[in-house]
Amino acid sequence: MSRDAIVLLGVNHKTTPLAVREKLALSAGYEEPLQLLGQVQELREYYLLSTCNRVEVLFTCRDVERAQQRVLDLLFGQAVTAEELDRYVYRYVNDAAVEHLFLVAASLDSMIVGEAQILGQLKEAYRHATKVGSSGFILNKVLHKSFSVAKRVRTETRIGANAVSISYAAVELARKIFGDLSGKKVMLVGAGEMAELAAEHLVGQGVAEVVVANRTLQRAINLARCYNGRAVSLEELLDQLQHVDIIISSTGSPDLILHKEDVRPVMRERRNRPLFFIDIAVPRDLDPAINDLDNVYLYDIDDLHSVVEMNKSERDKEAVRAQRIVAEEKLKFGKWLANMESTPTIIQLRGVIEGHVRSEVEKTLGRFEEMDEQARQGLEKMVAAITGKIAYPSLQYLKSENHCVSLHDRIKTIREMYQLDNGANGQEAP
Amino acid sequence: MSFLLFQGSVAIYLLSAAAYLVFFLAQKTPLRRTGRAIFLVAFLLHTVNIVARAVETGHTPITSHHETVSFFAWSVGCCYLSFRWRYTVKNLGVFVSLLVLSLMLVAAFASRGVVPLPPALQSWWLPVHASIALFADGFLALACIGGIMYLLQEREIKSKRFGLFYSRLPSLEALDKLNHHCLSVGFPLFTLGLITGSFWAKQAWGAYWHWDPKETWSLVTWFLYAAAVHQRFTVGWRGRRVAILSIVAFLSVLFTLWGVSFLLKGVHTYVS
Repeated sequence: MSRDAIVLLGVNHKTTPLAVREKLALSAGYEEPLQLLGQVQELREYYLLSTCNRVEVLFTCRDVERAQQRVLDLLFGQAVTAEELDRYVYRYVNDAAVEHLFLVAASLDSMIVGEAQILGQLKEAYRHATKVGSSGFILNKVLHKSFSVAKRVRTETRIGANAVSISYAAVELARKIFGDLSGKKVMLVGAGEMAELAAEHLVGQGVAEVVVANRTLQRAINLARCYNGRAVSLEELLDQLQHVDIIISSTGSPDLILHKEDVRPVMRERRNRPLFFIDIAVPRDLDPAINDLDNVYLYDIDDLHSVVEMNKSERDKEAVRAQRIVAEEKLKFGKWLANMESTPTIIQLRGVIEGHVRSEVEKTLGRFEEMDEQARQGLEKMVAAITGKIAYPSLQYLKSENHCVSLHDRIKTIREMYQLDNGANGQEAP
Repeated sequence: MSFLLFQGSVAIYLLSAAAYLVFFLAQKTPLRRTGRAIFLVAFLLHTVNIVARAVETGHTPITSHHETVSFFAWSVGCCYLSFRWRYTVKNLGVFVSLLVLSLMLVAAFASRGVVPLPPALQSWWLPVHASIALFADGFLALACIGGIMYLLQEREIKSKRFGLFYSRLPSLEALDKLNHHCLSVGFPLFTLGLITGSFWAKQAWGAYWHWDPKETWSLVTWFLYAAAVHQRFTVGWRGRRVAILSIVAFLSVLFTLWGVSFLLKGVHTYVS
C-alpha cells in the first residue's frame, strides 16, 4: 500500500553538452510530446519542461524502472543512442526529484543563478500539462509548491540581484566605454536567457537598435520583433560589425566564431570607434585575443563575474540562504508526501465506518433510495457526521507526529484494528 | 597689493584641491560642489590678481617666470571653465585643480620682482602672442589631463581589474571627446601663437625666424600636435594612441616653457 513514486528525468546545461541538448529539445512545442506520454500506461501524472538549457520530464508512477525506460524511449529514443541517454540524463526519485524541481524553480540550477525567466517557463509548461489534463493531485501540489518556493526565495533573499548584477555590470561597462548609450547599436549573436536579459537592460538604457543574428533565421526574426530590431543571418556577422557597437554573443557553437584577425580590419573601417564584445557563451564564441586590439573590449562571462566580485561574499550568503529555503520546503513537502502514504488507509477506513453506519440506518429506517428527498439529505448528513466522529481518533493517530511509532507502523496498527486487509470490507467486524 | 591677491588665490586653490581630493578618494558627493565653488572663487581672485599686476607693472604681466606660470595656471582654469560650460566630464575638476595648484606653487617660488621690459619687447604683440600661446597651452594641458585619465581608465577596463579609478573616472568616450575638443581648439591657437610670435620677432629683431631654442622647440611641439591632429581627423586614431601622443606633446610644451628657458639660453628667455 505505498503511494506513487515521483520521478524526474532530464538533461541540463550542467550535465549535457549543447549538441546533445539540442537534439533532445522539444522544439515543436509541448502538445505532441505530452500526447506521446499519454500513451504510456505506467504513468499516472506527467509534465514536461523544455527551455534552451534544459529538458525535464516529471511524472508519477508505480513501477519506476519500467516507466522510466518507456518515457526515455518515447521522448528521446529517436534522437540519441541509449548509451548517450545513460550518460547524460539525470534521474531523481521522490525527495530528490522534489528538491531538484524546487531548485530549478528558484533559479538555483540556472546557468545564471537567480535569473527570473525560468519560473515563467515552468508555469507555461505547467499550463500545457493542465490543458491536456496530465497533471493530477500530486503534480499539482508539487508544482504549485515549487512556484511558491521560488517566490519565497526571491522575496526572502537577494538571489535575483545576481543575474541582474551580471547584466547590470555589462551595462555599466558599456557606459564606461561609450558614455551615453543612446544612439548605440547592439547585436545579439545567438539567443539565450542571459543574452536577452542583457539586451533588455541595454534597451532600457536607450540603445538605438537591436540586431539579432542567429543560425536559424526564424528564431532571430522572432527575437528581433521583441525589441523592434532586425534580424540577420549568421553569415552577415562580419559586415554587421561595422555598424554595431555592442555585441552580445551566446551561440552554442563549440568553436570560436570570431577571431582577432577578423576584427582587426573591421576597426579600420570603423575608424576606430570602440567595439564592446560580451561573450556569455560557454564554450566561448570569441577569441580572447580580440581584447588586445586597440579600442576593442572583450568580456566573457567570467570577467563579468569578476566585475561583480566586489559583493561576492554577500551573494554567496544569499545563495546559501536560498538553498536553505529550498531544503526547508523540501522537508515540508516530504512530510506531505509521507502523509500521502496514509491516504488510502484513511479513505478505506472512512469507507468501512460509513458502510457500517449506513447499513444500521437502513436496517432501522428502510432503504435510502426509497426515502423522500428531505429526509434523505438529513440522514446523509448524519451518516457523514457519525463517520467523521468515529474516524477522528484514528485519523489523529495517523496524522500526528509520533516519534516512537513510525507512520508505517501506525498505518499497520489501524489496518489491523479495523481489519482493513481482511477482504470483504470487514462486514464481520465486531 | 597683487602680492596679497596672489597669496590669497594660492591658498584658496589649495583649499579647492584639498576638497576635490577628499571628494575623489572618499566619494563624498557634496564635497565636489564645495570644491567647485572654492575653485571658482580662487579663479576670480586670481583674475583680479592678474589685472592688479598689469596695473602695477604697466604692461601685460606675462614677462617674468612668475608671471608666465601664473598666467598659464589662470589659462588652464579658464579653459576648464569654458569646457565645463559646454560638456561635463565627470571629476575632471579634481585633476585640473591639482594641476592649477602645482603651477601656482611653482609660480609662488619664482622671483616676483617686476622686471622692466627691454625696449625691443615693448610692443602690442606681447599681449597678443603671449596670451594666445598660453591659452593654447591651457587647452593642451587639458588634453594631456584627459589623456592621463583615459589611460588610467582604459587600463582598468582592459585588464578587467577594477581599482581606484574605474568608478571615479568618466567614460572613455567622454575623455576621448575631451581630447578631441581640446586638440581642435588648442592646436589652431598654438599655430596662431607661432605665427604672431614670428611677426613679433620680425618687428623686434628683424627676422621672422631665428632658430633660437625656444622657437625650435615650439616647432617640434607643433609637429607633435600636428601629427596628433592629423591622425585623429584623417586616419581616425582615437583613444589610447592619441592620449599617449597628447601626453608626450604636452611634455614637449612644458620643456619649451621651462627646459628651454633654464637649460638652453636664447633671446627668448624671460628677462632674468
